[in-house]
Amino acid sequence: MGYSATQKFRGTVLMLRPRIIPCLLIQNNGLVKTIKFGEPKYVGDPINAVRIFNEKFVDELIVLDIDATRKSYEPNYKLIANLANECRMPLSYGGGITTPDQIDHIISLGVEKVAVSAAAVSNLSLISNAASHVGSQSIVAIIDVKKIGLLRRYEVVTHNGSQRTGLDPVEFAIRLQDMGAGEIVINSVDLDGTMLGYDLDLISKIRKHIQIPMTVLGGACRLDDISSLWKSQGLIGAAAGSLFVFKGKYRAVLINYPNFTEKALVLKQAGWTL
Amino acid sequence: MISIVDYGLGNIRAFENIYRRLGIPAMPVKSAEQLSEASKIILPGVGAFDWAMQRLHESGMIDPLNDLVQRQKVPVLGVCVGMQIMAKSSEEGRLPGLGWIDATVKKFDESLLNQYAQVPHMGWNEVDVSNTCPLFSGIENPLYYFLHSYFFEPTLKTDVIGYSNYNIKFASAMACDNVYATQFHPEKSHQWGIQLLKNFAELC
Repeated sequence: MGYSATQKFRGTVLMLRPRIIPCLLIQNNGLVKTIKFGEPKYVGDPINAVRIFNEKFVDELIVLDIDATRKSYEPNYKLIANLANECRMPLSYGGGITTPDQIDHIISLGVEKVAVSAAAVSNLSLISNAASHVGSQSIVAIIDVKKIGLLRRYEVVTHNGSQRTGLDPVEFAIRLQDMGAGEIVINSVDLDGTMLGYDLDLISKIRKHIQIPMTVLGGACRLDDISSLWKSQGLIGAAAGSLFVFKGKYRAVLINYPNFTEKALVLKQAGWTL
Repeated sequence: MISIVDYGLGNIRAFENIYRRLGIPAMPVKSAEQLSEASKIILPGVGAFDWAMQRLHESGMIDPLNDLVQRQKVPVLGVCVGMQIMAKSSEEGRLPGLGWIDATVKKFDESLLNQYAQVPHMGWNEVDVSNTCPLFSGIENPLYYFLHSYFFEPTLKTDVIGYSNYNIKFASAMACDNVYATQFHPEKSHQWGIQLLKNFAELC
């Protein structure tokens, strides 16, 4: 493309950084962490957690209300507004969203991205309708994936992993992308809270067909898991719950996040040059 | 008073919170009458181009904004789609923009992108800043948060005060007389954004 004013600038090659994203789960206005989508353990107050993450300069936050869809209640707009006001970094919010009006409203509260999951399964056009208002860049589709049956086939599930859909995650991800989703989040139910590492096999299957940003969630235990992810998948968002709320093998609650030096090391181990 | 244009899009409260912590007076404005107090204006935005222009039309604030910005030369900062609607037009929509900057808004050419660069451009990227512009005063090696599928293409490259690279190099910050704009979100970009907003407040 080439601009004429380049001599005013340093002219170095600039690069988009892959994102490291804490994922916070909300239940009864409190922060919880689950294992395989069950056994919620209370880990603190969400606003307080956001304040700590502000101080740690996190790239982005995902906040999911894990009861809203299952108990079919409206998103808690007061809590969402409080979270958005407190966040000094971008916020994705998900949980209980079924209509474009709800998405418009959540964006108007100052949330950058709205995540839909079960509603996209039952009504795919929700994605395109909402994107025409708020733009694709603000529509995140979360795909909860579980291995099903004796053959352990990957299948899209909803309602905290309790409802099967019969959908293949690769085909579903492609459809979501075609409908105008701006980001796909792959959430592995089997690995949630297990800290066994990301499911790289599942991710690479989907990754091949997706041209929009992708983020993965489920299984991260150490920063090494993130460097392995980036090494094999390139520019992809690395989300995690347990990794950023627990410390040590006894899962003591301690909000943590890599500092700039640690982040640079993760990138370097993944083979990126800064 | 810094007036933050509240037309139902963008993170008004995030700007408010930052200015409150800095001890700088700022308030959201929803109507033409409220705008009369403005000594500086922030035009935020998250959303599609036409959606943003429609909301702004419905707010009744376009005429007073045009008067403040173009005739009275009140400093204004457009953010994200708030920057894009300052252009004359966009490939994203059919409505004309505000036309405060001689520019158009274009879609990232997906054929030029690869596995390291998908659309939307989402995440933290560097901004190569002009060190003479007061908007970036005291800011070194900044990273800013981007979230967009379309980019700003000005006619006059001399008004560009920051470039970013996403397989192509594009104008991520502009300063054209009293009209300032950033494609990235300073209100969501930690200390680099806070300093930029402070600098905007301190512009003469």
